[in-house]
Amino acid sequence: MKKLMLGNEAVARGAYEAGVTVASAYPGTPSTEITEFIAKYDDIYAEWAPNEKVALEVAIGASFGGARAVCAMKHVGLNVAADPLFTVSYTGVNGGLVICVADDPGMHSSQNEQDSRNYALAAKVPMLEPSDSQECKDYMIKALEISEQFDTPVILRLTTRISHSSSIVELKDREAVPLKPYKKDFGKHVMMPAMARKRHVIVEERMKKLALYAEETELNKIVWGSTDIGVITSGISYQYSKEAFGDASFLKLGMIYPLPEKLIKEFASRVKTLYVIEELDPFIETFLKKIGVNCIGKEKLPVIGEYSAALLRGKLLEEDTAGDNENHGDVPARPPVLCPGCPHRGVFYTLKKNKLTVLGDIGCYTLGALPPLESMDTCVCMGASIGMAHGIEKARGSDFARKTVAVIGDSTFIHSGITGLIDIVYNKGTSTVIIVDNSTTGMTGHQDNPCTGITLKGELTRQVDLVKLCHAIGVERVRVCDPFDLDEFDRVVREETSSDEPSVIIAQRPCALLKSVKYGGLVRVNADLCRYCKVCMRLGCPAIVDTGEGITINDALCGGCNLCISVCRFNAFEKAGDSNA
Amino acid sequence: MRNLSILIAGVGGQGTLLTSQVLGAAAMKAGYDVKMSEVHGMAQRGGSVVTYVRIGKNVNSPVIEKGGADILLCFEKLEALRWIDYAKEDGTVIVNDQRIDPMPVIIGSVKYPEGVIEKLSARFPNVLPVKALDAARELGNIKVLNIVMLGLMAKNTDIPVETWHEAIRETVKEKFVDLNIKAFDKGYQMAV
Ligand code: SF4
Ligand code: SF4
Repeated sequence: MKKLMLGNEAVARGAYEAGVTVASAYPGTPSTEITEFIAKYDDIYAEWAPNEKVALEVAIGASFGGARAVCAMKHVGLNVAADPLFTVSYTGVNGGLVICVADDPGMHSSQNEQDSRNYALAAKVPMLEPSDSQECKDYMIKALEISEQFDTPVILRLTTRISHSSSIVELKDREAVPLKPYKKDFGKHVMMPAMARKRHVIVEERMKKLALYAEETELNKIVWGSTDIGVITSGISYQYSKEAFGDASFLKLGMIYPLPEKLIKEFASRVKTLYVIEELDPFIETFLKKIGVNCIGKEKLPVIGEYSAALLRGKLLEEDTAGDNENHGDVPARPPVLCPGCPHRGVFYTLKKNKLTVLGDIGCYTLGALPPLESMDTCVCMGASIGMAHGIEKARGSDFARKTVAVIGDSTFIHSGITGLIDIVYNKGTSTVIIVDNSTTGMTGHQDNPCTGITLKGELTRQVDLVKLCHAIGVERVRVCDPFDLDEFDRVVREETSSDEPSVIIAQRPCALLKSVKYGGLVRVNADLCRYCKVCMRLGCPAIVDTGEGITINDALCGGCNLCISVCRFNAFEKAGDSNA
Repeated sequence: MRNLSILIAGVGGQGTLLTSQVLGAAAMKAGYDVKMSEVHGMAQRGGSVVTYVRIGKNVNSPVIEKGGADILLCFEKLEALRWIDYAKEDGTVIVNDQRIDPMPVIIGSVKYPEGVIEKLSARFPNVLPVKALDAARELGNIKVLNIVMLGLMAKNTDIPVETWHEAIRETVKEKFVDLNIKAFDKGYQMAV
């Protein structure tokens, strides 16, 4: 049977067909759907872990326990999971273990543009890279085989254009893979120095064997065409290259670490001009230079952003192509905004009003940095808001802390905020941390998390009690407050920032897009009462429109949350008809 | 079987993703090779969203480049203007005559351009403005404007109506199937 599948769905299908029984992940664009699709298979246990490090550790445990296991994350998630990654490379596996990592060239929804291929090299782990959905499925299956055959974890590297593109996939049945026996193996599984030293030798031998395998495997294939141009490439760049240089010869690498030296040399020797085409870092190119093969790569092609067929023709053939795909001339930009009815709007409105320095974090609420709310000063990585609030206090003194807050989402707090908060308590900080608890993981598409009381499989479970948690680690001042109760929220923020001990404000209101949220009734403007003072415009609600002559509400967008009613001193907003939501 | 590159542009929340999924499913049923590309994440929060659908005998890249789209299907006027360079010279531009202000316009830092449809028509011979929002309103749900637009676009392909209906049945949540089929038919008739 054939099906049109998203790359991520095909990865999940591969896990299913290859008999995987355990999957763990933390959501992150563009990797999220891998695990959501896996969760649809009853034969596979699937879960959201609190963060990527835990997800990988769960998968390692399952693999040691004899099962085929996968975990999935976005590129920056692999930084979080890097600690177990480098050592599971030493221990090797029992059941096959595959780590899916999705890079985001062009940074469609990420804070950096790192090239995760460097992890394969650094952690000495083989890496495969598919170039369409069919290969997503096939390579997942192959990765599990390689993992078991060579006793190694394998990384499946994706990019946004692979994860979020769809193409046709041939489906097969699931292969039942029996659980392997669990064996206690001190020398292999306990990485103390004496054992690790021995295992490192084995890792180096394994990489040599894998390098030989890379020469033979069908994952790397030559497609001969005209030998005037030869292209070495992989992943989505293969598709762009095919489109740009259809009749050239291609060495398409499905296994991008370790690389096949002989195959590359042979291919290079038979073509006139050799291009290496890869987005981001010169990963393949550096290898070619090391083995003494001349090629044209980053001297002509960018290390920044995504490629396209037009870009390749433009840069390599110096054709006059339509050029820059990102440039839209002077058409007004349409940046993402907090949804109408978003609970975070009340939080940022208040923080801006109080002119606070806001150390921010990663989630929908990062959008609070954009105009008109403009009330977030920083965004670095998951959990950074809390550690940074502490750091800025230690640098600038506790008076500065009286004008500073950290803002972090519930899911992000669980991911990596708790340790930062412990640091504040332990080291006598006085910061105020606002946990914006919207009862979901909004940005990545509304996944459940340990605070929601529901698992990935949709089962009810125990819920993390944020108040008790904060108390338990030594925060005595914990306040729970509805950010749409603007007066109360404002008072709580003032009280807690002025206190000279650590405090947590839990701003509790569910995401407006959750099905359980029913605001009911749109809002309209009573033109007789509106004095056109434009205070409501400070909310940055996309449904409130300044026509130049007055304020109106776009009833196709209004979520009926009533926040504008609370900010208007002249009672110009009133409830109208039915809500769209 | 002709090659078609269709670029669907809209504002987050207007249903560009679902539209491309129905289109892809229909094309596959009709025997085409299909590649589609979509951007998730930040774009969903009311940002500009674009999806590419390419169908043909054998498709490589899932991405449409400047000057490469046979059809531009735009759910909002400003988005049509944003992606206009992607249309082929003789391409068809179907644009929903609806204005949704982006945040920079709302807060008054830039102006929403005037005369968008005229600007588009001045550059491309085949610009088709449609009142899809009104059509969707008549059907009782403004959310289906995307499928009305899809119905309109469908006239430009050789995929039979029945195949489109099947694709809708497979792609859309069950309780919305009838509504979406009606929306599709409405769009399809508007094209005549
Ligand atoms: S998805 Fe939810 S949390 Fe995110 S911006 Fe929209 S309403 Fe706010
Ligand atoms: S217009 Fe008012 S009621 Fe409607 S979503 Fe915006 S703030 Fe809420």
